[in-house]
Amino acid sequence: MKISKAMISELPDDLPKSSLLKEKGLIKRFTDRYSESRGRTIIYGSAFTVIIAVVAITLFLTLQGLRSFVVDHINFWTFITGTDWNTDQTKNPSFGAFAFIFGSMSVTLLAALIATPIAIGSAIFMAELAKKWGQRILQPVIEILVGIPSVVYGFIGLTVIVPFMRVHFGGSGFNMLAGAIVVGVMILPTVTSIAADSIRAVPDSLREASYAIGATKWQTIWRVVIPAAGSSLMTAIVLGMSRAFGEALAVQMVIGNATKFPHSIFDPAATLTTIITLSMGDTTTGSVINDALWSLGLILLIISYVFILIIRLLSRRRNV
Amino acid sequence: MNSKVTNRIALSLIVLCAVIMVSTLAALLGYILVKGLTNISWHFLTSESSAFMAGGGIKDQLWNSFYVLIITMILTIPIGTSGGIYLAEYARPGKLTSFIRSCVEVLASLPSIVVGMFGMLIFVNYFGFKFSVLSGALALTVFNLPVIVRVTEDGFRALPLHQKEGGLALGLTHWHTIKTILLPEAFPSILTGIILSAGRVFGESAALLFTAGMSTPNLDFTNWNPASPNSPLNLFRSAETLSVHIWAVNTSGIIPDIQAVANGSSAVLVICVLMFNLLARAVGKMINQKLSGR
Repeated sequence: MKISKAMISELPDDLPKSSLLKEKGLIKRFTDRYSESRGRTIIYGSAFTVIIAVVAITLFLTLQGLRSFVVDHINFWTFITGTDWNTDQTKNPSFGAFAFIFGSMSVTLLAALIATPIAIGSAIFMAELAKKWGQRILQPVIEILVGIPSVVYGFIGLTVIVPFMRVHFGGSGFNMLAGAIVVGVMILPTVTSIAADSIRAVPDSLREASYAIGATKWQTIWRVVIPAAGSSLMTAIVLGMSRAFGEALAVQMVIGNATKFPHSIFDPAATLTTIITLSMGDTTTGSVINDALWSLGLILLIISYVFILIIRLLSRRRNV
Repeated sequence: MNSKVTNRIALSLIVLCAVIMVSTLAALLGYILVKGLTNISWHFLTSESSAFMAGGGIKDQLWNSFYVLIITMILTIPIGTSGGIYLAEYARPGKLTSFIRSCVEVLASLPSIVVGMFGMLIFVNYFGFKFSVLSGALALTVFNLPVIVRVTEDGFRALPLHQKEGGLALGLTHWHTIKTILLPEAFPSILTGIILSAGRVFGESAALLFTAGMSTPNLDFTNWNPASPNSPLNLFRSAETLSVHIWAVNTSGIIPDIQAVANGSSAVLVICVLMFNLLARAVGKMINQKLSGR
């Protein structure tokens, strides 16, 4: 690069003024030795922004989440196992978050139970039974379902599922099952599209071998394709569950937000996300209630990390 | 049981699953559009929302949604595409690269409410941006970044290798090759991804609840000075977006026409997201036609 630069500066003076190279600055553009390092700086800087974002989220939420135990001296054990969340009384408020942890877990599991059969069935349909037109119909359906914002799911749950529950199962209609149905429908497209991908990844030779020994289509799917796609199918389900776990507003609109421990799926309940959504705005920064909410956020973060780890382990097993 | 009978039953069940899936979408869209479209009128789209009286519109919320989206995109696209280029072009296999990859993965799978809480902690409280357009856009940037990174990386990886080799063979530096040859080639597929992610950002609400706020000051749409507090362009005013509005009206609204406002807003929101979807599809189709030379 150095040589070419020197060459430019030594260009004879009698060169025509309208030299194409000179006028458009082409030589300079091609030989600018700083261009590479400038580009590199931008690229590396952006890559580090991603790292900084993750580290900052983890670090600051952890610090803020630990405040209630370190500064306010709430007992950690009673916090995660207690079922009594009574923050309004000024004397002896109690912070037992187990009802919310339990609520989150059960809504997630119920949602997975609702979504998995339909999602896997649809995935088999579009990747195995009707490869051409099944794909052509279901792919746009999945894309649109993914695109519908979560508040809209929540709103439809509020105007359709809640009244339905009220009429058929009594009570206010706001209950855990309603929340699980809403979230279940929400994670349906995610699980379907990943499941379909993993079924497509099963090599055709396995299917051919199965058909060759006289198996029916269903026997091939049940005994060969599903076991072969096994851990990727699990990844799809766990990914759906992690989305269900983190969903906030849609669940909050239909679950009833009762801080009491639910005794059946027809009881109103609350989850980690819903209690944060509901109470965060009403509390002042630095108060004990506010700190307790941040601790709930920390629990949410930790469980999200657990989901990420499980997904990594599952996909590592697939790669081996 | 006869294996043929089992086969037939099982296959019908699978078809039933697919039918359930399609009819769920049909029911959802039908419900939103049929109930919503009757409530959408020119008046609804162009009048301000009302706190306690019937007949409010969604003008400010609609504007806020688009404004937050634009600011988010201005912040996300440069960082996201550069991050994607790093992963596709510069990253060498090693500890650092796999760490960055894990970070992108973590960022993509964090619940949006966690991102919102982080935004509240850092942008709203620590940096002192208060509930504002800027805080909201920054939180959404964190939320949207991994999507753009992935889209860009995929776009670059899909390019044929000889394009890059051609550039390098001409004596261009690596960066210059990326800038003048690879990026323009990968641009259409990146654009498709960006438009799709825009739909996702447009409908996001949980991350905005604690960052952009749940109220909007009285906006004066004749005042375009970004520094004045009631200007629509002001970055430091609170901004309730359309999706947050739907949630707020349903959970804490005291207006008598909650149903009408929520129905109308949902329909507008879904129509906007569908438009983003269609746009992305149109762009994708255009690329295909260009590539196949028809």
